[in-house]
Amino acid sequence: MEIRPILSAMLRNKTGAILIALQIALTLAIVCNAVFIIHGRLVMMNRPTGIDTHNIFVVSMTAYRPDYNAANMIRTDLDVLRRIPGVVDAAYTGSVPLSGSGSTDGISTKSDPKAPTVDEGEYYMDDHALKTLGVRLAEGRDFTHEEVVHTGWHEYTPPPVAIISRALATKLFPGQDALGKIFYEAGGRYPVTVIGVVDTLTNSYPSWHNYALTAIFPAALENKFSDFMVRTLPGQRDEVMKEVDGQLAKTHTGAYVRHLRTLDWYEANTFQADHALTVLLTVMICLILAITALGIVGLASFSVSQRTRQIGTRRALGARKTDIVRYFMMENWLITSIGVALGSIFAVALNFWLVNLFDVAPISWYYIPVGIVCLWMLGLLAVLSPALRAAAIPPAIATRNV
Amino acid sequence: MFTYNLRLALLSMKRNPILTALMVSAIAIGIGMATTTLAIYHVMSGNPIPQKSDQLYAVQLDSWGGNSPFKEPDEPPTQVTYRDAVALMQADKAQYQNASFQSALTVQSDNPSIKPFMVIARVTYNDFFPMFDVPFEYGGPWSKNADQDAEQVVVLSQETNEKLFGGANSVGKEISLENHRFRVVGVLKRWNPVPKFYDLENSQFGDTEDLYIPFSLTAPMQLQNNGNTSCWKDTGDHTFQGFLNSECVWIQFWAQLPTAADRDAYHDFLNAYADEQKKLGRFPRPLNNHLRNVTQWLAYRKVVPVEVRALVGLSFMFLMVCMLNAVGLILAKFLRRSGEIGLRRAVGASRMTLFRQYVVETAVIGLAGGALGLGLSWFGLLGLRHLLTSTTRVTHLDWTMVGTSLLLAIIASVIAGLYPAWRMVRIPPAMYLKLQ
Repeated sequence: MEIRPILSAMLRNKTGAILIALQIALTLAIVCNAVFIIHGRLVMMNRPTGIDTHNIFVVSMTAYRPDYNAANMIRTDLDVLRRIPGVVDAAYTGSVPLSGSGSTDGISTKSDPKAPTVDEGEYYMDDHALKTLGVRLAEGRDFTHEEVVHTGWHEYTPPPVAIISRALATKLFPGQDALGKIFYEAGGRYPVTVIGVVDTLTNSYPSWHNYALTAIFPAALENKFSDFMVRTLPGQRDEVMKEVDGQLAKTHTGAYVRHLRTLDWYEANTFQADHALTVLLTVMICLILAITALGIVGLASFSVSQRTRQIGTRRALGARKTDIVRYFMMENWLITSIGVALGSIFAVALNFWLVNLFDVAPISWYYIPVGIVCLWMLGLLAVLSPALRAAAIPPAIATRNV
Repeated sequence: MFTYNLRLALLSMKRNPILTALMVSAIAIGIGMATTTLAIYHVMSGNPIPQKSDQLYAVQLDSWGGNSPFKEPDEPPTQVTYRDAVALMQADKAQYQNASFQSALTVQSDNPSIKPFMVIARVTYNDFFPMFDVPFEYGGPWSKNADQDAEQVVVLSQETNEKLFGGANSVGKEISLENHRFRVVGVLKRWNPVPKFYDLENSQFGDTEDLYIPFSLTAPMQLQNNGNTSCWKDTGDHTFQGFLNSECVWIQFWAQLPTAADRDAYHDFLNAYADEQKKLGRFPRPLNNHLRNVTQWLAYRKVVPVEVRALVGLSFMFLMVCMLNAVGLILAKFLRRSGEIGLRRAVGASRMTLFRQYVVETAVIGLAGGALGLGLSWFGLLGLRHLLTSTTRVTHLDWTMVGTSLLLAIIASVIAGLYPAWRMVRIPPAMYLKLQ
């Protein structure tokens, strides 16, 4: 295949080629970076949480009578919930897992308040926590009923025992067995013994970089607001939720159900903006690829119709149909190659701007070659139909006026 | 002349319907995408209180301790402690000053058909209302005495008044909040500054509170904070009073300081206050107090998420691709009509006349693309509203945005049309007449 005549023909009509090449360059830059952002968000949204998310819902109660007894309310409500058919277990919780709202603390392995700390998310739950979350204990033991501390919010002090996630165990005690070790809460004031370790457990902040650093404390914080987690048998969540609403309304006069929401709802709510971003960027990618492809089709069709006579002449002089198709494919491939070469620079520059903005890791190198291959294919596919039309031009056309 | 240009333009668009549709939709999609992201950016970066944004200052007192600053590098807390809030209110050094926080309460109506429900209350001083220009439908703010004596008075939002009293003038009526009787003293008009600048701790683009009660009720009613509470030191005796006396920051503090001199004087006052506290053994970190006005505060708190900035950048690049696409198509279309140009030039049309003709034609395409693009962005925002149910206030088109995007469409398409038009009028007439 002779490239020289293609090049010289392109040089005679530079504008069209430049326009397409620029479009391809910008498309490559946008698509690579958009896919990179989407990928990052999807990874974050699909991290393993360790929790049986789909079968859990949360009942939020609010007490309003002056004579309400929070301790009684928690106990009776949990009794009601645990007896409903289809319920695996129910637990008190101080904050809703994955909800984006809860408690954090900086903990340390030393009692010195000036010692460096590890920021982690904390759950305050009762002794039914693990079974309700659907988390299996990897090491050590579960909380006993007697270990659960019942206090008000302001009277709360950390209990002496905790179950922590493997990630937190590794962070606090690298290379050691965390079981039986002590860490300190609230600036070194309260020693806490690790009695159990679970493999994976996300805290209340799934989009935080310390999402996997989690500690559960056996505490029921008595308050006018109470949240209960309920885990049901697979597939029975929605029926049980309806049942719960009726049952609790019957038992209570001084409190009402503030919300009854699935854990899926909380998770989706936390990731709402991230989800919207991925959807918007996906739409952007699809549209830009379609527009660039249509642009290639449009300009190739135009150049075919302009060169009808030239094509006819070539055919009359013995060029086969495949030669004509190959000519247009080659021309398009050359233009796309110039575009992607320029686009690689654009993509890196755009990524540089985004990295400065987001404070994320720079784009992985392989996005660009993959993007280049995709655009080559897109270009060839787009030019195929005009090229076939060009090949169909009969040689006799060369003798006619068009 | 213009109508003639316009008629020719429409005629030429009709002659190539597919090409015209392609051009219009390329511009429409580009404009639609750019308008959608720009509309969100426009709302998020808006000035919620333009008439006084340079007089209202968020107060930052560095009461933080421990071995690291509240936030690296060396940033003071964004809220103040209860005891500092009370002390700054008592000092009364600004034209208006206000301490407030959000609390969730249960309201019970005397009307038995309304079940008890939860409301979000703003617990605040009466300065809140004149300071933030809060509009009243009925009644007005409570008095200074009500603040001093912790009177059980309440100001309702328009929506809450609708729910409790069917929108009637409820001033003088009573409701129960957490089993305490409250007298309604005022009802607001609809009021929803976006972003909710006075409290960025709770949802920044969320709704304003359902009702307002005096700050002095915090201790007697043991009102709990609904937003962020940050502590660097244990709260001591683990009682509610202990919490109020603690070093936990959880209260938003604002001051209205009309002139630069007022501002400097208030800053000096804050520093003097901090020095005094240091003598009492508080404020262990170096002096680091700040006053930021509304605009500075919104920028400092990074209210516009970086994702939105990135999206605006990307969608303008996207618009550029659409425009390059349109230039290519316009050029192809014009070149196909070379013969017509040659003919018109040959019979005496000047280059300027023809140039105007092409610019009008691209402007018409641009306007059509812009109008369609606006429609697309309306759908885009509608879609985003379904995805962003907790921040629906940011997905709205206002007239500024409609105007901006139409202008953007026309400017972009005229720029896109200039090059093809210029190329066309440089065609020597003879060359194209020959071919016919």
